[in-house]
Parts: sequence; C-alpha cells; structure tokens
Amino acid sequence: MSLTEQPLPVYDVERVRRDFPILATTVRGKRLAFLDTAASSQRPAPVIEAIVHYERHLHANVHRGVYELSQKATDAFEAARERVRGFLNARSTREVIFTRGTTESINLVAQSWGRSLRPGDEILISWMEHHANIVPWQMACERSGAVLRVIPIDRRGELDLAAFHRLLSPKTRLVAITQISNSLGTVVPIDEIITAARRNGSLVLVDGAQAVAHQRVDVQALDCDFYAFSSHKLYGPTGMGVLWARESVLAGMPPWQGGGDMIRTVSFEKTTYNELPYRFEAGTPNISGAVGLAAAIDYLESLGIDRVHAHEQALLRYATDALRAIPGLQIIGEAANKAGVISFTLEQVHPHDLGTILDTEGVAVRAGHHCAMPVMDFFGVPATARASFGCYTNREDVDQLIGALHRALEVFG
Amino acid sequence: MDLKDLYRDVILDHNKNPRNFGKLEPCDTSADGHNPLCGDRLTLTLRLEGDTVSDVRFEGKGCAISTASASLMTEAIKGLDERAITALSDVVHRTLTSSTEAAVPEGLGKLAALSGVREYPARVKCASLCWHTLAAALAHRGGSAAVSTE
Ligand SMILES: Cc1ncc(COP(=O)(O)O)c(C=O)c1O
Repeated sequence: MSLTEQPLPVYDVERVRRDFPILATTVRGKRLAFLDTAASSQRPAPVIEAIVHYERHLHANVHRGVYELSQKATDAFEAARERVRGFLNARSTREVIFTRGTTESINLVAQSWGRSLRPGDEILISWMEHHANIVPWQMACERSGAVLRVIPIDRRGELDLAAFHRLLSPKTRLVAITQISNSLGTVVPIDEIITAARRNGSLVLVDGAQAVAHQRVDVQALDCDFYAFSSHKLYGPTGMGVLWARESVLAGMPPWQGGGDMIRTVSFEKTTYNELPYRFEAGTPNISGAVGLAAAIDYLESLGIDRVHAHEQALLRYATDALRAIPGLQIIGEAANKAGVISFTLEQVHPHDLGTILDTEGVAVRAGHHCAMPVMDFFGVPATARASFGCYTNREDVDQLIGALHRALEVFG
Repeated sequence: MDLKDLYRDVILDHNKNPRNFGKLEPCDTSADGHNPLCGDRLTLTLRLEGDTVSDVRFEGKGCAISTASASLMTEAIKGLDERAITALSDVVHRTLTSSTEAAVPEGLGKLAALSGVREYPARVKCASLCWHTLAAALAHRGGSAAVSTE
C-alpha cells in the first residue's frame, strides 16, 4: 500500500449481519451458524424489500401492454438488465440474457451454439466442474459426435495447466471452465486459460456461479465468450440467472426455446426472430427475479466487493487453521489460491453423520458430493462436509463449527 | 432433541463393530444397494434353506446409520422365513417414517434402536437402504440384483 492511500475502515460484519433477517433465526434451539453460502446465499432486507415493492406496486407483464403498469414493469426489468451489464462491465445490454440460473445458461449455450458442433470437434472441461458444466456438454457431444476432454487436477485440487496446454488443439472448439470450484474452493487461473484458448481460436465459457459474489468480474478484461451465473448465490432470489455472451458470438447462434417475446413476427409460413437479447428469452420472464437480482448487486456493491473478498479471505485463513488443529480432520482442496470454501472429511465420522451432528448444533454445512462426483472419485471419498463463507459469515460461525466438530468426535469417540 | 436419540450406543457399537460383515461364498442370492445421494454402497449375500435365511453377510461403505442398520438387520433376519422378513421389514419402514409423536411399533427388538432416525427425515434413506437391498436379493433369488434409492 502506498503512503497516500487511505486505509479502509474496518469491515463491520456485525452490521452486515443485521441486514440478513434469517440470520436471527434459531435452529433446533441453537444459534444458526449458516455455512452453506456456496449452495445458496441468504438475502438481505433490501433485496426482499425490492421484490415486495415490485410485487405490490409494479407488476404487469413486460414488453406487451401499452398501459402504464406494463411500462413500469418493463422499465424495472430493463433497468435490472442494465444493472447486470454494469456489474459485469459488458459492452451492451444486448449481451445480457436472463435465464433461470447457471444451469440454464450453460444449457442454452450447449443447445444453441452446440448445434454447430461436428463429429471430431472437442470440448474441453476440467475435472472439478459442477455437474451443470459437465452434463450439458456430454449431451451436446452425444448429439453431435463431438468429443469431451477433461483437464486433470492434482492432489491439492489445482488444475494441471501443463495438461491443459497439451489438450488444447485445433479441434478444441470450446473450453468450458469454472472460475472457482464449488467443491474444492480452488480459484482457477482463468486468465491464462482464456488467453491460451483464444490464441488457439477456441471459445471460452466461464462458469462464474461461485465467483460473482466473491470477487470483481469484468467480462471485457477477462475476454471470454460466455459467462454464466446464478442470482441466488449472489444474495438475490432463486429461479434467476444470467448468461452474458459476446455479441458477435451470440449473433451467430440459432434461437433456443421458441415462444412469445423471442419473435418479431409469426405466421404459419414464416416466423422472424426478435433482436438480441430477446431472441433468447422465450416466454414471460422472471420479472421480480430480475428486480431482486439488481437489488442484490446494489447491495453487494454498497458493501464493496473487494472488502467482502478481503473479509472472506481472512475468515478462510482463520477457519483453515482452526480446522487443521482437529484430530483426524483432512481438508480436501488445498490450492494456493482459494475462495471461502472448505471441504473436509473427519476420519472417525462419515460426512453424512457429520452433517446431522452439526445440524443439531445449529451449524448448516453441506454434506455430500456437491454435484461434483468426479472430484469425490478423484480424492477417493464418497462425500465431504463443506463449510462456505459469505459477506455475513463471522468468526462466531466458525467457532460454532469447531465446537460442533468436537461434539461429533465425542459422540463417535 | 438430543443427538443420543439418533446415535444410541447400540448404533455406535454396530457401526464400529459391524456384525456379519463380509461376503458369503458361495451364496444363494445377493444384491447391491446404492444410495447415490450420499454414496453409501452395500452388498448383501445370503444363504437360504427353502424359504428361510440360514446365513447372511453384508459388506460396504456408508454412514453410521446405514452400517448399523445393515448390521442389525443381518442379526435380526437370520433364521426367519420370507413371510416373517416381509412383516419385520414393514414394521421397520413404519417406524422410520412414523411421526415423532407416535409410539414406536412393537416387535422390533434391537432394531428399535433405529427409531431416532424418524426425527431426521433426510436420514431415513440411510437406514432403509439395507432393507431395500434385502428385498431385491430375495426377489431375484439365484441371481444378483441391484437397487438404488434414487
Ligand atoms: C460452480 C457451479 N456451477 C454451476 C452451479 C449450478 O447453479 P444453479 O443450480 O444455480 O443453476 C453451481 C451451483 O451449485 C456451482 O457451484
């Protein structure tokens, strides 16, 4: 830090917590230690209120009515699109497609752009992908005769970059890669991947589901072709997500779902399609979801993404040290660069039992395969327990987890 | 709610020292059970005399509830004929899915130790996996079967 730079005021996590009504609830009579933000984050009051305000005062269908209410709803919906554009630093709102979530965003690409796949073409993914970034490509390969290739990982949970460079070939049409692994917490060096892929003439899809709420994202700086994320992991509502796509790529993609809104004219002889981004948004969209997402972005930016990031990194170090001190505990995923996600196993206790015991202590963690079965197979475990952090996670949450783990050891001792 | 309602000493003991663990070779029937959600797997091998289970072993990897449930089951069904097994299996299922206020059904013997599972709906599958696997083994007698809880 240079001398002229002002030190940031201390990040006041207790104040942030007060914005999240659900954190005040108790579970089985215990304080709730919510450590499952990677699965879905909680929503702050401003998001809840924005949705309620929309439902109470603004709702009508969008892009249809000439009456005032419909115009207001359309304005709110399109303002949300502009908000997302700014958040991602996209060039144009024509590149911002609203979807149901990351899963639908990836499926859209796999089914629309995927139609250009030919036998022998290759799609490159990594070993640490969420099933949402595996299965749509398997399906696209099955349809087209293209081949799915997988970049291996090492025991620390880092991507084998040398193998990536070897796997990249003239046949590689697309590299579909996660920015942060939801099961291991690994922050993937996507800059290097995007640079190499683009030099190779391959497109790049980034699964940003675990990244957007935890670090700044700039799609122009990244220079990828597709970027997918879900609102519900970003302090926004469920059933809402985004596919950002480079306009020149999007322009060449055939429509995906057909219906209202995505057309310009329909006759039984010939239908013409709407312009971007509406061509990819068939049917009445999730309007209140878009409004909620915009409010969530406002909220996160009011906290400062960089400050949230620093807060989560400090917690990650604190929790990692505390967990390492527990006998029999093994952290799965020890990449040098990690996000606030810690997967672990406890030698004496099966992850499923652990999940139940932690639950009775008020600690909400995910126990399971985290929709990443290949990762579980790689590490030779059926499942792991996973604690993950967000802007509202505090040390007390971590301490409660540690206490509950000791309780588990007592029960199974 | 107390953890000890779920993790009773009987369960912890059977988890640590599973009874009838291993594989019967040769056997008269067998089945594999899999709970994809949590990755639990178990293999049952049985010897039959007519309709009666004369011996049974299980093998596999799972959480304490699924391991203890399988271990307790192998003890309970030895010497029972198919009708008695079906009846017992019904009582176990009723116990696992009954409301927490209802009285625990009679006739469970040691298996009653599993009754705490009903307080944890997400864990019922763990306890019932071995019973589904058993039903598959008996239904496909002479061969091998596979069941999945999904
Ligand atoms: C890395 C990653 N990709 C994709 C998804 C799928 O997101 P959604 O279920 O919101 O569509 C998730 C969610 O768990 C994820 O963590």
